[in-house]
Amino acid sequence: MSRADLMPTHHRRRVWLVGLGLLGLGGALALFGLGIGSTGFQSLLAARHDAVALQIVWEIRLPRTLGAWLAGALLGLAGAVAQGLFRNPLADPYLLGSASGASLGVAVALMLFGGSAASMQWAMRLGLTGAAFVGAVCAVMLTLVLARGVQQTLRLLLAGVIVGVVLGAAKDLITIASADILQALQGFILGSTGLVGWSACAVMAAVGAACLLLAWALAPVLDGLALGEATARSLGLPLGAMRAALVAVLALATGAAVAQTGLIAFVGLAAPHLVRSVVKATHAGLIVLSAAMGGLLLMAADLLARWLIAPQELPVGVLTAVLGGSYLLWLMHRRSARGGVA
Amino acid sequence: MTRHWIRSFSLAIGLGVFALAAQALDVVDERGVTVSLPQPPQRIVTLLPSLTEGVCALGACGRLVGIDNYSNSPNAVLALPRLGGGIDPNVEAIVALRPDAVLLAKSSRVTQRLEALGLKVVVLEPKSHADVRRVLDKLDQVLGTHEAANIWRTIDASVSAAAQSLPAGAKGQRVYFEVNSAPYAAGESSFIGETLARLGMKNIVPASLGPFPKLNPEYVVRANPDLIMVSVRSAAGMEQRPGWSGIRAVREGRICRFDAAQADVLVRPGPRMDEAARIMARCIAEKAG
Repeated sequence: MSRADLMPTHHRRRVWLVGLGLLGLGGALALFGLGIGSTGFQSLLAARHDAVALQIVWEIRLPRTLGAWLAGALLGLAGAVAQGLFRNPLADPYLLGSASGASLGVAVALMLFGGSAASMQWAMRLGLTGAAFVGAVCAVMLTLVLARGVQQTLRLLLAGVIVGVVLGAAKDLITIASADILQALQGFILGSTGLVGWSACAVMAAVGAACLLLAWALAPVLDGLALGEATARSLGLPLGAMRAALVAVLALATGAAVAQTGLIAFVGLAAPHLVRSVVKATHAGLIVLSAAMGGLLLMAADLLARWLIAPQELPVGVLTAVLGGSYLLWLMHRRSARGGVA
Repeated sequence: MTRHWIRSFSLAIGLGVFALAAQALDVVDERGVTVSLPQPPQRIVTLLPSLTEGVCALGACGRLVGIDNYSNSPNAVLALPRLGGGIDPNVEAIVALRPDAVLLAKSSRVTQRLEALGLKVVVLEPKSHADVRRVLDKLDQVLGTHEAANIWRTIDASVSAAAQSLPAGAKGQRVYFEVNSAPYAAGESSFIGETLARLGMKNIVPASLGPFPKLNPEYVVRANPDLIMVSVRSAAGMEQRPGWSGIRAVREGRICRFDAAQADVLVRPGPRMDEAARIMARCIAEKAG
């Protein structure tokens, strides 16, 4: 049975159309993004004969724009996986404690920067990015240990919430002990795409491609789970192993995005909902489209973040919450007005 | 003897000319990284107010091309482009200024990114009186100026002068310096605490608690300071805090309230630390009289 058989042809065509539309819109916005920044369009015009303008366009704006798309795509993908895995429309990528794990990692690294020379050497080598990634992945592993594996969804969810709260408190303790890291930590928590370079893009693209393939291959499990665990088991799927693999996708995708751009709010939660509001799809389609939607959302927010108060910048996480949140609210309002429930 | 002297003198001049010809200099910054500058930088970006003030104190204000949002002194820098907060400034705006050196603090997140884009980054972060002197020396080295020793002598002498200006009766008072109303305090080991110590004050927060500990308000009540120093912003309602009306400083109205501009001077470990000492001394004398 191929999963395409589950859907009528016109739905499948619609999935393709929406996917292409999202990518096309993303491409157009990316081109636009080359012209937006502290120096505006003139850098783009001057890039042909001016080395610094070229550097700004090629080494700052382009990787940053692409990086925003990639980070958003990772979060959108993780969000779709999380919502399918937990069968809960409120699930988001940070559910298994990765957000607090990442901020704890960053807090520890920042504290070590101010510490002895030896600890600073160590912290420098790992860098804030590495610390955030290690923190995020360790938090998810801790959640898995506490939940004794992935067998029980509810236990996993609960363990994730607890790990999130405890690690968050540990981070707060560190900030109280060394208050001077507060501002730097705040920057990380609000999220920013301003520091993304080509190497960060390469990392995110590699992780993103791997996660997308894996999630796409495992999507039938999510389709099965949507019908209830008993049904999924009766389909003969090796649920345990596939769930573990999906949790790994969730942890890696979230960790990679968070490490490069900080805690960007709401993209992971909103992207799958936005996709569902446009098109009906199986999880395979939903995952791919959510990635494209997340990328578009974060890239658009990033463009606005550098454009609205140029030459200064807004923290991009604030904008994603405002944009995604208000659209989602409007969507819910429209549906309930028509008598349905979102 | 004279001839020998002349010979070594001309040798010194010869070496000097040689040094000028190959002015490349290697500076070891606070990360322990050696930054090699082909020549003393002429287009400088500073991303920390105390570094901005340091560069200007050494007479190189004219070489600054951009500063962070919080740098606001001296007046000569006010017209310069602002590049965002020191911790996460706008990378693109910095690159667009084509600086040949960027001076910033350890906590800045852009260090690696700027280096990856080919800029020279020097990390310097003064946190104590000794640091102010060390950073001035480093800046001297980076800028190729020879002013640091003189400037430090002047600063140090004016701090001592501020201390001596205090009436004998004002010394030895027990002081509580509140950084914000959480309340975080400035302890003995902080930069502010060092200035207070130079003025002969006794800090109620010992060095063992760290530079900026978060206190239990009860601790302040029990320590019963003679004098409280606080910025206007966090001073509001201090008298109404539970139990605080019994504190000697509150009862006798000995609270120094510093406005925003004064608070900037007080908290920055930079070349205006003598001004900070004078601001504190003025209030101490006022409240003692």
